[in-house]
Amino acid sequence: MQLARVIGSVVATAKNDSLEGRKLLVIQSLDANLRPQGAPLVALDAIGAGASDLVFWCRGKEASFPFRREDTPTDCTIVAIVDSDAHVTRGAGGRS
Amino acid sequence: MIIARILGTVVASQKDERLKGGKLLIVKPLNLDGTDAGGYVVAIDTVGAGFHERVLVVAGSSARLADGMKDKPVDAAIVGVIDTVDLVNADS
Repeated sequence: MQLARVIGSVVATAKNDSLEGRKLLVIQSLDANLRPQGAPLVALDAIGAGASDLVFWCRGKEASFPFRREDTPTDCTIVAIVDSDAHVTRGAGGRS
Repeated sequence: MIIARILGTVVASQKDERLKGGKLLIVKPLNLDGTDAGGYVVAIDTVGAGFHERVLVVAGSSARLADGMKDKPVDAAIVGVIDTVDLVNADS
């Protein structure tokens, strides 16, 4: 799972039946310092995230598990909303 | 999922039995500003998408979860036709 920022939303009228009523959000993945990393993606929302929220998301087949897993085609799903940016902390140094 | 634009079709008479009847399309991944993100994917269509439309493409094993794709040898499926993309700070 990776941290990301919700930066937009997507409207798609013609879509797979099992995506009906689901929210599609554009997310920008972030590194551990909350700086943008990689290209933006479209994610399915499983948790009620909204614009500008700091979230984390799950990739691969596991992304369909919050929904009907046998027929929900998603490879990118928002599974949690981080309480705030300040709730992402890193230890000082560690063992490197 | 990625945003991509349909740029062509692929005709393949000789193919896996389970791919028969499926529409194979060439899609190019897009950046959020609509520019070409580089590369291309051959994806199977599950929603009746048309030429030059912007679509949502699911990759990997999740592609098999799309309508009618169960147990088929596909790793990229078109699962939606995009109407609009709204960004927090700008529209596209």
